This record gives sequence, C-alpha cells and structure tokens, in this order.
Amino acid sequence: MNFGILVNEGPYQHQAADSAYLFCKAALAKGHQIHRVFFYHDGVNNSTRLTEPPQDDRNIVTRWSKLAQDHGVDLVVCVAAALRRGIRDDNLAPGFRISGLGQLVESGIQADRLVVFGD
Amino acid sequence: MLHIVNKSPLERKSLDACLRIAAPGTILLIEDAIYAATRGTEVEARVKAALQRFKICALLPDLEARAVADRVIEGVTTVDYGGFVDLVAEHRNCQSWL
Amino acid sequence: MSEEAGSIKKFMFVNRTAPYGTVYALESLEVVLISAAFEQDVSLVFIEDGVYQLKKGQQTKGIETKNFSPTYRALEGYDVEKLYVERESLTARGLSEDDLLVDVTVLAAEDLGKLMDEQDVVLSF
Repeated sequence: MNFGILVNEGPYQHQAADSAYLFCKAALAKGHQIHRVFFYHDGVNNSTRLTEPPQDDRNIVTRWSKLAQDHGVDLVVCVAAALRRGIRDDNLAPGFRISGLGQLVESGIQADRLVVFGD
Repeated sequence: MLHIVNKSPLERKSLDACLRIAAPGTILLIEDAIYAATRGTEVEARVKAALQRFKICALLPDLEARAVADRVIEGVTTVDYGGFVDLVAEHRNCQSWL
Repeated sequence: MSEEAGSIKKFMFVNRTAPYGTVYALESLEVVLISAAFEQDVSLVFIEDGVYQLKKGQQTKGIETKNFSPTYRALEGYDVEKLYVERESLTARGLSEDDLLVDVTVLAAEDLGKLMDEQDVVLSF
C-alpha cells in the first residue's frame, strides 16, 4: 500500500514529527511505500540543515534525510509556510525539496491513505 | 473509518468530539491521548461506554513512555507502530482528531 | 498529469480551531483553494471552535493580522459549495446560523459522522 503523510508540527516541540517518522519506518518495514511526506505549518522546521540537537538526543532532521536516501521517500516542504519561517533552498537538509501545496493535494489523490500528524 | 486521537482527554476535548461525531469504527489513541486508555481517570466511564460502539486501540510505545502500560482498561487493544500501520491499511479512510 | 486529471476524490477539511490564535484556520483555507484548483470533490466542516472561523464581523486591525474571513464568501467562486457546521458546536457557543458570514448546512453530530465516513481523504487542521 502507498501512504501519504502530512506533518504539521515542528521537531522537538511536539511529538508529531516523531510519531510520523516511526509510522513511516514501520510502514516501510512491512513492505509498504511512503509516497510522500508533506511538511506544512511549523512542520516545515523539520527540514532545516541548521538543526543541531545535543549529542544524546535524536536528530530528527537527519533521520528524515536518511529515509529519503534509503527508501526514496519524497520529502516536500510547503513553499509559503517555509518562506514565512526562514526556510529556503540554501538551508534545506538533503532529501528535502520546497514546493507548493499542490503536492499535498496530489499526495491525497495518488496515495491509498493520507495520514495527518500534528498538534 | 479509523479515528486517530492524540490529546489527553483530561485537558482537551478532542476525544469528546470524536466520540460525539464519529460513526462506529475504530479509535486509535496515540501520544497524550493514551491516558484515555488507562484505569481510574475521570473519563474511564466514558471510554468504557464507547467500547460498545468502537474498537479502541492504544499505542503501546506511548503507554510505556508514560509509565501507564500496566493500567490499560480491559477491552482496549494495545498496538505497536506496525499495528498502527495495519490499522490505517485496514480502514478505508482515517481522520486525525488533533 | 493524466492520472490526476481523471481521478476525483472526496476531500473533507475538518476545521476545529478558532481563527487568529493559531495559523491552522488560515493555512487550511489555502489547501482548500488548491484542492478546488485540482477539481476535487471538496467539503468543509466546522466543528468545535472551528465554527468561530465563520463568525460575522471580524475586525483584525487591532491585532495587526490579515482578516481572511472574506475568503469563505469567495469559496463559491471556486465551486466549493459544501460547507457543513455541526449543530452541537454552534449551540455550545451560543451561536446560530444568523451569526455566520456564509451560508452553511447545519448537521447533527451523527449525520456529520456518516458524511465523514464517506470521504476518501480527511484533512484536519
């Protein structure tokens, strides 16, 4: 099955980004596909490569990047939400791309299920 | 339909709204909503009554993280993230009551 | 694009938050407009504090924030005409249909639940 994921909250502040990631990992482990993870609202803050958590904490951003690298997951950051929050191409972590809200709607159309994680 | 709730029912009304509106189906409690799945809270009676209309599941890693996995109400099913994925796949659609 | 062009899904947007206190109401509206552009079968539902998004007479000058409430009246122009409000949420807030800035269908909780079950994609903000 092909899943679309929407992440509406930033990393570290709210569990949404962790729940979404662990859902993706479990889905891939079961042989499903993740069509796309779309980051909206404060969720766009999951995509900045300037993130530097302490050594003993999980790195939420590189965890997403690895998901893109290992499984070809399309990580899309909403352009309007990103620009509002200072996220641009030059501070984007590997595997992420900035695009429009149409990518979220397309994910809803193309994926078998769309699961929303947020506050 | 699968209804996903992530708010503590002791603080927010997401679960109440879900129970009021949702047609019979499955409810999955994740994040802070897992407290709804535990014995002895002031919402326990509401959750037990809801078991007549809904299959209720709670995410075990969230119960364990919050040290309440030993207090799960009888009739509530615990699932891991793989079980979460299965629930989404088994139901035709899902709504997140955030 | 050919696949998308032929595929119409039922999208439901569930609005549960008051305007201005958080960004969700505004950013939900932006997705609604985009899905209308994709010619999907779109419905909007307002429940709990989400019904406050439709309250007539919003004046946002004093909080220096854009008043986006006129957009709800413009939705018709995008062929977004299915707006539903839960009766219990309205009543709990001392509001009636006359307090709302756009025509809506008021539904009982149970009927709303059935409508939700029929959707393909449910997005909640």
